[in-house]
Amino acid sequence: MELQRLIFSFFNAEVAARYWPDILYGMWVTAYLGAAVIAAGLAAGLGLAMLRSFHFRPASFAIVVFADAFRALPPLVVIIVLFFAFPYVGLAMSAFTATWLALSLVLAAFAEEIFWAGILSVPKGQTEAARSTGMSRLQTLAYVVIPQAVRLTIPPLTNRMIAITKGTALGSVVAVHEIIYYASSGASEAGNPTPLTLGALAYLAIFLPVVLASRWIETRFAWKR
Amino acid sequence: MLKGIDLAVAQGELVFIIGPSGSGKSTLLRCCNRLEEPTSGSVVVDGTDITRPDVDINRVRQKIGMVFQQFNLYPHLDALGNVTLALRKVVGKTRTEAESLGLRALTRVGLAEKAKAYPNELSGGQQQRVAIARALALEPRILLFDEPTSALDPELVGSVLKVMRELRESGMTMVVVSHEMEFARAAADRVVFMDHGAILESGRPEKIFARPEHARVAEFVATISRHA
Repeated sequence: MELQRLIFSFFNAEVAARYWPDILYGMWVTAYLGAAVIAAGLAAGLGLAMLRSFHFRPASFAIVVFADAFRALPPLVVIIVLFFAFPYVGLAMSAFTATWLALSLVLAAFAEEIFWAGILSVPKGQTEAARSTGMSRLQTLAYVVIPQAVRLTIPPLTNRMIAITKGTALGSVVAVHEIIYYASSGASEAGNPTPLTLGALAYLAIFLPVVLASRWIETRFAWKR
Repeated sequence: MLKGIDLAVAQGELVFIIGPSGSGKSTLLRCCNRLEEPTSGSVVVDGTDITRPDVDINRVRQKIGMVFQQFNLYPHLDALGNVTLALRKVVGKTRTEAESLGLRALTRVGLAEKAKAYPNELSGGQQQRVAIARALALEPRILLFDEPTSALDPELVGSVLKVMRELRESGMTMVVVSHEMEFARAAADRVVFMDHGAILESGRPEKIFARPEHARVAEFVATISRHA
């Protein structure tokens, strides 16, 4: 009896048939938004960490303030501020843009710290050797330090990337049409939580390959000193 | 901290710098390519005062090779990659040109067959020879060695010294910070003894080792020889 009710509530074939196209579209939005966040967040984080490695005090200070602030703020708060408060200063943006920007800033803050730790972990002798052959600071970073730093940062970075991509669910608050938006609105419309089950399956479909790929990358990039 | 250093190295000369730890040997060497910035004074290499503010230090450094105690090979590149990186990125050679020059440098240190080996697959002595090849590939006017054999197991020291001896015979100008007294005796044109950031005494190796003017030098040489 109980099992039947469970199946009716969460695995209702009729409800699933009605809502899966919506969920599929939400999956596309989640994946697209997630990819855009990862691209922007990682690029910004790496850029900031590189800038910080030049040890120019005012820049380093600003970067640390940024990283600490955006690691401390809940992403939801950032989304809400960008979407609801910024129009008052003439900076209106779509729900999608606000979510993308907010999550990118948060990922950039975490990624900067991770890349920075990676850069610090590369022995000073590496930089000295490169500079002694006439390489500039930027060349040394690009060809000697970053390639070594990145290997060490892959495990913490993948965790961050997965966490932040799941944060796209927060976009449902400002009505970004991603998985959770369709799953929860579908569930209340149908009076049945089966769309949430579909949503969970959609997340698994997106993230299991990512997790497996990260494991593969970790073993591939591992190398002995 | 260095004080009142006045040292001229002639072309083709091999100068050995010895002295107790903390005497400023490495600092002096690192001032020669400005890994360490002198607060005053000047360093002239091949006619260029490299301490002048308008000097392009990256350009100057191509002509001043440096070999480090810890080798400092790039672990993410194979031996040839280590040797060719600056040729490609700094000098602007194509990959093919750089690889042929790189192989020639590896051949000079006797490691052409290890071109595709990564640093972790090489012994300490081989790593240091790759590091020498990395400096050599840029055809430097002078080579600086900062304790090149101190991190090596005793049985691997010989292979590195052999390469250094061959370089000396080919006329390379070299400044070497090292405690390899046997090598200094055999190959050095001049030995410089440093203490407390200053040059206390310098001269031919046979003089410094056998008849030093300062008791401090005699004492140091005796201690080192006992341990060698």
